[in-house]
Amino acid sequence: MKRLHIQGRTLAMIGVLVPLLALFVYVAIRSGPLAPVLVTATTVENQSVMPALFGIGTIEARYTYRIGPTFAGRVRQVSVDVGDRVSAGQLLGEMDPVDLDDRIAALEAALKRAESQVTVAEAQAGDATARMTYAETQAQRYEQLVEARTASAELLDAKRQERAVAETTLASARANLNAVRHEQTRVRSDRDALVKQRANLRLIAPADGLVVSRDAEPGSTVVAGQPVVEIVAPASLWVNVRFDQLSAAGLRADLPAQIVLRSEGGRKLVGRVLRVEPLADSVTEEILAKVAFDSLSKALPPIGELAEVTVTLPALPSAPTLPNACVQRMNGDFGVWLIENGSLRFARIKTGARDLDGRIQILDGLQPGDHVVVYSRRMLDRRARVKVVERLPEGLR
Amino acid sequence: MINLAGHDIQHAWGKFIFTGVGLGLLIGVTLTMAGVYRGMVDDAMVLLDNSAADLWVVQKDTLGPYAEPSSLQDDLYRGLLGMPGVARAANVTYLTMQVRQGERDVRAMVVGVVPGGLGEPGQPRYLVDGRHITRSHYEAVADLTAGFRLGDRLRIRRNEYTVVGLTRRMVSSGGDPMIFVPLKDAQEAQFLKDNDAIVQQRKRTAANPAFNRPEVPGLLDAVTHSQSANPYVNTVLVQIKPGVSPEEVAEPIRRWKRLQVYTRVQMQSILIGKLIATSARQIGMFLVILAIVSAAIVAFIIYTLTLGKIREIAVLKLIGTRNRTIAGMILQQAVGLGVLGFVVGKIAATFWAGIFPKYVLLLPGDAVRGIVAVVVMCALASLLAIHAALKVDPAEAIGG
Repeated sequence: MKRLHIQGRTLAMIGVLVPLLALFVYVAIRSGPLAPVLVTATTVENQSVMPALFGIGTIEARYTYRIGPTFAGRVRQVSVDVGDRVSAGQLLGEMDPVDLDDRIAALEAALKRAESQVTVAEAQAGDATARMTYAETQAQRYEQLVEARTASAELLDAKRQERAVAETTLASARANLNAVRHEQTRVRSDRDALVKQRANLRLIAPADGLVVSRDAEPGSTVVAGQPVVEIVAPASLWVNVRFDQLSAAGLRADLPAQIVLRSEGGRKLVGRVLRVEPLADSVTEEILAKVAFDSLSKALPPIGELAEVTVTLPALPSAPTLPNACVQRMNGDFGVWLIENGSLRFARIKTGARDLDGRIQILDGLQPGDHVVVYSRRMLDRRARVKVVERLPEGLR
Repeated sequence: MINLAGHDIQHAWGKFIFTGVGLGLLIGVTLTMAGVYRGMVDDAMVLLDNSAADLWVVQKDTLGPYAEPSSLQDDLYRGLLGMPGVARAANVTYLTMQVRQGERDVRAMVVGVVPGGLGEPGQPRYLVDGRHITRSHYEAVADLTAGFRLGDRLRIRRNEYTVVGLTRRMVSSGGDPMIFVPLKDAQEAQFLKDNDAIVQQRKRTAANPAFNRPEVPGLLDAVTHSQSANPYVNTVLVQIKPGVSPEEVAEPIRRWKRLQVYTRVQMQSILIGKLIATSARQIGMFLVILAIVSAAIVAFIIYTLTLGKIREIAVLKLIGTRNRTIAGMILQQAVGLGVLGFVVGKIAATFWAGIFPKYVLLLPGDAVRGIVAVVVMCALASLLAIHAALKVDPAEAIGG
């Protein structure tokens, strides 16, 4: 009876201690360095990679017209406002002419006076011509009379002298007429110049466009070249995109592009690479390109808005590919962990094109069908024991 | 010869096991505390391991980039690539900040790395899900402890990022999860103020007559633009060519580039000796006190257990049991209790280590040290009990 009692106790103790020991052994194996590393694996597959380039940029207008006066002055009126559409030749505003109109009036008067002076000079020239003609006639007559010995030589000399005086008077009157005519031309040109300057104070739209900025209000003073109104050509909007130089291989004109505007979330607009700028940004290490919209809606996207641009390159021929999560660097070598008969081997690889979904072409070092580690619970090394699972357990991952 | 200790344990096995479990929980706490300390040091070490760098190039006269702020121009790495012995050099930024996702936010270390630079220093070394960053903007690889999932959208400053990959054990020296984002975004995030501040800054600049000069149109725009650009990074991580020593590469950079360069050994001493020194010592202090308290409690438990059996021991003495046998019984019981406690403690520590918010690293070496310490402690504690047992008068077995 007693023996049985003791045996019962022993059984109970074993019942407690054995599970405890089993749990201990499990814990020691599962959590220590003895535990195998859980990994997931994939197979190298022949697949076509469709590389794409990703860049961000801002919407800009190809043609921007900054319209302002060519002389310092005060703005008299601005007749358009931001958002207005204007056509070529339309009056946008005007600068204050200050005394320009008065000076034109003065020159008009001076011109009239010059015209009168021309008339006077012409009359004087006519008078001198008449006198000259008369003196010439008189002189010839007296020459004949002296030949016929009916007049004295003295009279002839007097007539000759009169003729000489009339000649010089005529020359003087003609010169005066020329001078007055030139004066008239000068005054006219002066007036024309002022009229042109006056016209120059009118701010005229050089092309059809949209007013995007009104920088000065009537009454404010602007310096020469300072814009009063800014106009862009709405049809000329493009995206000035910056691509990281590391991932811009294959970028060229005419490639199709998807444009996502920051304000419009997921909506994709279609565009095309217009040109790749010959000058890259050497400071930010980016390549610049212009991407034009295929079609623009009536409501223009705001100029300066951020846009994400994805340029799709033509698909490459099928080649061995892997996800980029496989690739690691061990002791300076670039490669992947191969699983061969349950053990690990680090294989050096050469990689080629990559796409935006994280697939990489393997140029050298692997064959299609090779098993390669993708995810692992910790950094692997040559001695690590691995256990391949379908998916790393949630939480513990 | 019968095993007195075994029989005694069998006699009161319930008491023995409960005492063992109680002791075990206490040992579990001590082991966990050691794990917390180890985890803290390990956080600092994995930060160095994960950066995969041989040299850290930082601003002159700083202890950057982890212990002090450091900023370098982001084109310096080109010059470094030309230095002898340098195999790879990569710009990296570090910024500890709150990362928002919807309603909640997570304290994280945002690391800016060059997108697509697989295997470059500073990049996440291995993933547990998803893929590496491929786009040059607005993608993120986050650590599991941040609690994000693939496809989550998170907000850093003004921009939204999509989580495309997950890492494990990529943490800062403080144990905050790392979130890797493209370098240009990270540079912007480090510098970018909120919109209000930007607008006010623009107004201030516009109000400054030195910058807003009507006779120089475009000057104000240029100044504003230059105020909102950030061409700085925190460090350049350098990997050296095989066969050269880090110091050989570091010295010319210090001398000719006039920058501060730390090797791994130096960086380790900065992190352990300066950055986490006080908090590690704090935990270490607590561990020491806990160990002493545990030892004292073990001693008391064994002593009281023996005193509880003093009558039986007196009977044993009365029937002529040798002192050695009695001492052996007490010692065996004490060590048995200690081993049972250790087993329970190890199991408990392993299970609850997983639910700690920060990393708890239970090293097998610590477990071995722990069991040795427990056995020695129990043996020492049993000496006291043996002394009490041997002193007992056999007459007590008969008397009251």
